[in-house]
Amino acid sequence: MLVSKYIKKWFPVFALPTLAAFCLAFAIPFVMGLYLSFTKFRTVNDATWVGVSNYVTAFTENNDFLHAFWFTIRFTFISAITVNILAFALAMLLTKAIKGTNVFRAVFFLPNLIGGIVLGYIWQLLINGVLGKFFQKDLTYSSAYGFWGLVIVVNWQMIGYMMIIYIAGIQGISTDVLEAADIDAAGFWAKLFQVTIPMLASSITICTFLTVTNCLKMFDQNLALTDGAPRNMTEGLALNIYRTFYNIPNHQGVGQAKAVVFFIVVALIAFLQLRATRSKERDA
Amino acid sequence: MIPLILVLMNSFKGTLFVNQYPFALPDKASFDISNYTSGVQATGFFGALALSLFITVCSTAVIVLLTSMAAWYITRVRAWYSTLLYFLFVFSMVVPFQMVMFTMSKMANMTHLDNPVGIIVLYVGFGAGLSVFICSGFVRSIPVELEEAAMIDGASVWKTFFSVIFPVLRPVTVTIAILNAMWIWNDYLLPYLVIGSQWKTIPIAVQSYMSGSYGNKDLGGFMAMLVLAIIPIVVFFLIGQKSIIKGITAGAVKG
Repeated sequence: MLVSKYIKKWFPVFALPTLAAFCLAFAIPFVMGLYLSFTKFRTVNDATWVGVSNYVTAFTENNDFLHAFWFTIRFTFISAITVNILAFALAMLLTKAIKGTNVFRAVFFLPNLIGGIVLGYIWQLLINGVLGKFFQKDLTYSSAYGFWGLVIVVNWQMIGYMMIIYIAGIQGISTDVLEAADIDAAGFWAKLFQVTIPMLASSITICTFLTVTNCLKMFDQNLALTDGAPRNMTEGLALNIYRTFYNIPNHQGVGQAKAVVFFIVVALIAFLQLRATRSKERDA
Repeated sequence: MIPLILVLMNSFKGTLFVNQYPFALPDKASFDISNYTSGVQATGFFGALALSLFITVCSTAVIVLLTSMAAWYITRVRAWYSTLLYFLFVFSMVVPFQMVMFTMSKMANMTHLDNPVGIIVLYVGFGAGLSVFICSGFVRSIPVELEEAAMIDGASVWKTFFSVIFPVLRPVTVTIAILNAMWIWNDYLLPYLVIGSQWKTIPIAVQSYMSGSYGNKDLGGFMAMLVLAIIPIVVFFLIGQKSIIKGITAGAVKG
């Protein structure tokens, strides 16, 4: 209590700088953004109130927003599953006492440090190279190519990160438990599903949370790999909103309304997903 | 790993050869170092590298210092506003960037933060959420007797933080530094919107180089550019591999 009293009056020194930056970069823009989504504006000073018409326009003007919406949902669902399964499998493999696992860990982790823009272009060149050589096509030929291309890029990028988290989790399981299972003559699958996976519940929660939120927000990879081609069919939500703001004339209000919808969807999914996996954690 | 090797290989070949034989090793006929010289020139690579380094290093340093101070304050001071601040910071973590993208860049224009120094302030504001969250978790695990002892010995609040608490926070400040550096180094949209018209970081340079030249694609140059963009990251990784992996694990467990 003594400490609390002493520090209290130091607010301007310790908390204010961060708080001021936070207000400038996030809090004020956020509140302004909420307000502006109900107005028509081109800069920020010429806003006129238009009610919910921006929201109506966002959904009814054309199918692009809804399409981007489902594209992102499908993409997130598939990627979250593949990233987590592959990362988990790799972590299992690389925690076995085999020589060279450290090198492999580093190799699998490295792509994570490379940003989405650079990664997207690396894969664009690579996928176009393969498609061009064997099928005389490229990424713009069909939206399926772009979709699966994005799944591959995101897998390549995130697996390393999630693998590191799973490895830490697996190393935290006490060997006693696994030995006890061995004595009970549990097979590989029984051990996996009844010992390892339940004991990793918290790692699984973290990894699914991180993959789901990152996939929902994905932008850089989308911009670099396909840029929406062909005809906006591989456009995720973040890219759709960005283009509504900056590429379609007089659509700033609509863009802001879409952004609010996007925010609500991301927050809702993150919240529901955390609650679902956390309750599983308690059961385990 | 294979994609990286392919890109590296092709970065030494002339455009014609990249098109025709993308999977062949460079040989005497196809070897062409000029990709690198032309790539460097076309994008102003070294300028972008210096700018990226400047923004990343400065923002990370300021974030580590300011957010650990703020985290200490809001964790130790028991008041309604410190709880409120904590929840605001946590809340900001789930908000997608697109939500504040437009208003934030307008705000940056109005307050003249649209330059390589001002952008540091924006990064502190955006990085605050995750950093304060991780750091508060750690502060809570430090026994408060540590500060009490220092203060009873007559140390000022300033001195208590910098000579007693800040050194104890070391593991968590390393984590915060790594997570923020990785994010800021690779961030494209924020610097593009705020300073992109005059200044180019590496992701902006890559994006404008790659998307700008339709029709006549200089594939060899593209590859060289990508290799150049990756080299600093590989160097960073080789130097700090242990702390990076430790930092990420710690960050995830706290998260």
